[in-house]
Amino acid sequence: MTDLAQDLLSSFVVAEAGLNGAKNLGVVNMRKEALDRFEATGFPTTRDEEWKYTNLKPLLKHDYKIMLKSESAVSFGDIKQYLLSDLDTYKIVFINGKYSSWLSESTHQSYDICTFAAALNKYPDIIKKYLGKAAPAGETFVDLNMAFADDGAYIRVKANQTVDKPIEILYITTDENGASFSQNRNLIIVEQNAEVQIMERHQNIDEAESFTNFVSEVFAARDARVSYYKVQNDSDKSSLVDNTHVKQTTGSNVHVGTYSFGGKLVRNNLHFYSCGEHAESHMDGITIIGNEQTVDHHTLVDHKEPNCYSRELYKGIYLGKSHGIFNGKVFVRQKAQKTNAFQQNDNILLSDKAKVDTKPQLEIFADDVRCSHGCTVGQLDKNALFYLRSRGIPKREAEGLMTYAFASDALEYVKIPQLEKRLNGVIAKKLGINLEFSL
Amino acid sequence: MNDEIIDEITASEYKYGFTTEIESETVPPGLNEDVIRLISSKKNEPKWMLEWRLDAFQTWLKMVEPNWPNVNYQKPDFQTISYYSAPKQKKALDSLDEVDPELLKTFEKLGISLDEQKRLSGVAMDVVVDSVSVATTFKETLAEKGIIFCSMSEAIQEHPELVRKHLGTVVPKRDNFYAALNSAVFTDGSFCYIPKGVHCPMELSTYFRINEAGTGQFERTLLVADEGSYVSYLEGCTAPSRDENQLHAAVVELVAMEKAEIKYSTVQNWFPGDAEGKGGVFNFVTKRGICERNSKISWTQVETGSAVTWKYPSCILKGDNSVGEFYSVAVTNNFQQADTGTKMIHLGKNTKSTIISKGISAGRSQNSYRGLVRVGARAENARNFSQCDSLLMGDKCGAHTFPYIEAQHPSAQIEHEATTSKIGEDQIFYCNQRGIGTEEAIALIVNGYCKEVLNQLPMEFAVEAQKLLEVSLEGSVG
Repeated sequence: MTDLAQDLLSSFVVAEAGLNGAKNLGVVNMRKEALDRFEATGFPTTRDEEWKYTNLKPLLKHDYKIMLKSESAVSFGDIKQYLLSDLDTYKIVFINGKYSSWLSESTHQSYDICTFAAALNKYPDIIKKYLGKAAPAGETFVDLNMAFADDGAYIRVKANQTVDKPIEILYITTDENGASFSQNRNLIIVEQNAEVQIMERHQNIDEAESFTNFVSEVFAARDARVSYYKVQNDSDKSSLVDNTHVKQTTGSNVHVGTYSFGGKLVRNNLHFYSCGEHAESHMDGITIIGNEQTVDHHTLVDHKEPNCYSRELYKGIYLGKSHGIFNGKVFVRQKAQKTNAFQQNDNILLSDKAKVDTKPQLEIFADDVRCSHGCTVGQLDKNALFYLRSRGIPKREAEGLMTYAFASDALEYVKIPQLEKRLNGVIAKKLGINLEFSL
Repeated sequence: MNDEIIDEITASEYKYGFTTEIESETVPPGLNEDVIRLISSKKNEPKWMLEWRLDAFQTWLKMVEPNWPNVNYQKPDFQTISYYSAPKQKKALDSLDEVDPELLKTFEKLGISLDEQKRLSGVAMDVVVDSVSVATTFKETLAEKGIIFCSMSEAIQEHPELVRKHLGTVVPKRDNFYAALNSAVFTDGSFCYIPKGVHCPMELSTYFRINEAGTGQFERTLLVADEGSYVSYLEGCTAPSRDENQLHAAVVELVAMEKAEIKYSTVQNWFPGDAEGKGGVFNFVTKRGICERNSKISWTQVETGSAVTWKYPSCILKGDNSVGEFYSVAVTNNFQQADTGTKMIHLGKNTKSTIISKGISAGRSQNSYRGLVRVGARAENARNFSQCDSLLMGDKCGAHTFPYIEAQHPSAQIEHEATTSKIGEDQIFYCNQRGIGTEEAIALIVNGYCKEVLNQLPMEFAVEAQKLLEVSLEGSVG
């Protein structure tokens, strides 16, 4: 058992008392069971196949503060730059894992856009129906989150409604608590034929050594449409384990874009469960990291029903001593005939010390399917680079342009122009080029 | 219609499932130091060899059987296997004529009459039955060129310095569970040494057969190609049909020195178990080659047999400019399970590797490709291309792909692609239209699908492999 595991186990009793859901007996039991499972398994090690390339040890040795202060000195001015200023949105803002009502803009009118803590008290029936139904018990970080998470975003869009403006969820970490370990949880329920666009951002505004264990559960009912964009722009010191579990039913269309621009260790577990015919699952990812950062994308698409479609495109650019990991699993059950699954992972290594480990997997039990995956590791085309330079574009800029072109494929499905522009800007900045003309 | 055809394949019985009544000498089942000492003394081995074996046995005792492969099987009980079974012979043989006539008949049944082979195809063969090498043809012709091609036990007697120098250098004793077991109890196998600058004039070949019931086969092959030499080596395997599961845990080591080239081809047709999935051979093999500067190792395999297979013929591309290749066709039917692939470890500069893997699954079988491409931190300009395709026939089988790609150098260029599909109904329809029956059409399409790999096989084997494919898959539509 690591130090952090010990700390967590011993603090559960105290944490539980302060947790919401004491009135809601079902949730209390779920938390206890989840903690028991965590106690039995502990944190995964590199001997665990799913964590083969990602070593958590250095992270877990650290002394983290588990009980975090609820007040914070962060003002709107501090976080303004992380919100889309040129777009009207609903906002749910968390500072160090605690909800900040004066920075947020929630609603209960046509749809519920509020906090998980509020939902626990207000809607016990819905919580009972959905909580923990997409994220499987037995996964260490999911269990741990289940045991502790007391807040997060709660979004419920009722049948046939379209949310009039995008929702921004912002998680800010500061060093007010020193090194901290926080756990939050989103619950997103999109009912029949409803539509929603969500942007989520994890941002570290000081150089705090924080560690976040985050779970999102997304339920897309019949013909629902969900776009969910995750921007992970943390510092060199903070770490994030993000678990997103999407459960889809007939005819639903869900797109999850994950854009990772840094962090000491970022691990994304993105799981799609295709539980109805004609469901469409889209996954896009861009990773641009440098220094000693590590980003690990683990995706799983579980095709359980026939006639479903899944598409996955992950692009990685690695500088400095960074380490990129990709593990994509496509599972096609025997029943899921006529599945069409596509998976692509392309990586560019731009430095001698950077490394990438990738493992695209197909597990197929049905015969009438079209499944393919492709994976490349390479560098910029020397001829193309020469072409640009021969036309007077400096080497650095030429490289930037080509790298940008390589990455921008994965932005094609972003449906919010302002977000696309923002992402373009972040990519350009990361690559050290000036791309104003293209915006 | 489809069901009928699938039934038909399922019904096509294993052709090589006969046993031969040869008087053989088998040690009682069980594994302990005494058994190893007995094997070693029976083979009149030098002391260092016995010590090597005992050390391997000690290592093995501390290891646990791996369970990461994507296969399910009843773990063998190592105390019920007999580790030594030799066809009884009175004295050393001088020529083929003295070989037990019963045994010769076996090979005739297998369609590889030694005589025939010797005269017609010019293939030099080493035949291993139940772990012991029975005859090596063409020894004299090879000796003229300085090529050593003999059984492992003979090599230990006659060329101990070569064996001692290379044995265990590519697959160390403690490499894995089955390699350690093999190191402790291997009874025979082939040894081959090609001297500097020699281009081996003929294909070298080994035929393995498990004959005796309740025995395991643990052979060890060591192939050393000295500077600038070339050799093409073939390996074939069969076993009689039996209800029980037999264990085959071999180790193959290849050493390609500077500018040498080794081509290693396998047609594996161990008994796959019957239509109910009963019996069959467990094929747990460790195969690995090491490439020095400017050398090349090419693995080609056609796998149609075994109840459970896990093997990953690998290349360690240690020297600069070395090349590794892997071509594989793996067919699984009924209840067969295969977890196979390759490892390409790029260590030297400008190293290149190619992986072409074709999997075909039918019946209730599970076929997995598992491959590793690793580019080390000093492997400048390493290049890899991998392609693994799977063909599914019927809706009860599975095809899986687990590629591992680890790149640590920015100049590495790695491409991997995989597809899974079934035989298109329009393809079959096209053939039908032109008067080709469904069964033939499938044979045609499957052969075309595997062509890239079959083309790599030497002539004699390509024909056999093609026939094997037809037998295992006669007309199946998904």
